[in-house]
Amino acid sequence: MKVWQCVVCGFIYDEKVGLPEEGIKPDTAWADIPENWACPDCGVAKADFEMVEV
Amino acid sequence: MEPIIVIGSGLAGYSVIRELRKLDREVPVMLLSRDSGDYYSKPMLSNAFAQGKGAAALVQTSVVEMAKQLGITVRSHTEVHGIDVAAKRLTTTQGEPRYSRLVLAIGADPIRIPLQGDAADAVMSVNDIADYAHLREAMQGAKRIAIMGGGLIGCEFANDWAAAGFIVSVIDPGSYPLASLMPQQAGSQLRAPLAAIGVDWRFGTSVSRVDSAATGYTLTLADGSQLQADIVLSAIGLRPRIALAQTAGLAVNRGIKVDTHLRSSDPAIFALGDCAEIEGRVQPFVLPIMHAARALAKTLAGEDTAVVFPAMPVVVKTPTHPVAVLPVARDAVGVWQTLASGNGIKMAFLDAADRISGFVLTGEFAAERSEMTKRVGTPLAATGKADNIVAAESS
Ligand SMILES: Cc1cc2nc3c(=O)[nH]c(=O)nc-3n(C[C@H](O)[C@H](O)[C@H](O)COP(=O)(O)OP(=O)(O)OC[C@H]3O[C@@H](n4cnc5c(N)ncnc54)[C@H](O)[C@@H]3O)c2cc1C
Repeated sequence: MKVWQCVVCGFIYDEKVGLPEEGIKPDTAWADIPENWACPDCGVAKADFEMVEV
Repeated sequence: MEPIIVIGSGLAGYSVIRELRKLDREVPVMLLSRDSGDYYSKPMLSNAFAQGKGAAALVQTSVVEMAKQLGITVRSHTEVHGIDVAAKRLTTTQGEPRYSRLVLAIGADPIRIPLQGDAADAVMSVNDIADYAHLREAMQGAKRIAIMGGGLIGCEFANDWAAAGFIVSVIDPGSYPLASLMPQQAGSQLRAPLAAIGVDWRFGTSVSRVDSAATGYTLTLADGSQLQADIVLSAIGLRPRIALAQTAGLAVNRGIKVDTHLRSSDPAIFALGDCAEIEGRVQPFVLPIMHAARALAKTLAGEDTAVVFPAMPVVVKTPTHPVAVLPVARDAVGVWQTLASGNGIKMAFLDAADRISGFVLTGEFAAERSEMTKRVGTPLAATGKADNIVAAESS
């Protein structure tokens, strides 16, 4: 399981935790998040998410 | 063809270029900045300590790499002194480049109040990564930190450092935290949880003197009390940088005045980010910048586009007691209603037609942010939600 971080605002997506409040279940891989998803904090689209593995 | 020139390498400047490059790889773009031009995330400055990150670790992409990725010319450490709007030419510390269109993304200055005392100049503020590097140096060996201002930035730093074991005092002339963003019942929720990790709140007073002491500084407050600190940080607000635009004859108010197309009173000059006042509102936050950058990129690429802002909640990074808020304009007509309370509070701002037009979620309710954002614009009752109205307060 990996952790990704939004470079614009520092928002953390942890695959293990998912994002239950947005309907993304725990253990959802980054690759399985819909392409139209956007960072909940800053609105950057997934397509340009320059996320880093931390 | 003269390039599009962007002044400022913060989130606003880089975002508009990044978005433009998705639409047009060819149009020449020049970025001018008085700082290094390295790309970093400013919001991370106020939660970097707990993550064990120093200033250098916050730089995500070097200026050289940014220039390469985006296919642009960058002149860093270059300050722009003037804009000749008739000739479409800039005066800078390094040459006089001409532009076809100009984007002002020059940010804001921290507001400083005049203080008495022999150490008044030692007061720091943190609005960019260079400030942060200074601060981190000063923190070596420091134990006590005094923060002037209990707004978003003051509260975030207080949480970050108190959690790391520093003794943190927050001094604010108001009566509760985050007062410019939310009503008292909501802002007050932060008091006890942060006090529990060691934050010493001093409301209803302000700092009047800062003097050197045997170690660190002695602060004298307006109420006559004194406190000791090794570091004094001022976080009392930001003032958009308007001087450059004003001198060039552009319309300014609190910020550089632009319309929904981010266009200033000169049709070839645009502004966004912390320096801009878009249709009367200055919104110094990430989400408005991203939306403005996307619209402006389209306009620059030839498709005139107005920015449409959705509901854009602001997350206050106080992990000890998280807060999400959709602030309402200062002159908004309506009432704040408490919908639930417990370990935190959930409040909604209802406009004259009883529609939700703002909200605050703290503590256990902060996780309901996206759900609450979807309800914005709908009447409280029509959502089928069994909201228990606990109390109403008119604003
Ligand atoms: C500690 C902190 C935490 C924050 N946390 C959050 C958060 O959690 N969520 C959120 O939404 N927002 C947050 N914000 C606000 C957000 O970071 C800012 O709104 C945003 O970064 C502003 O970007 P900007 O590009 O407009 O300005 P800046 O980043 O200030 O960039 C201005 C640029 O212009 C350049 N410049 C200025 N004048 C000249 C000149 N004359 N010539 C050449 N160059 C010039 C500067 O060198 C700089 O590169 C936070 C802010 C701070 C300080």
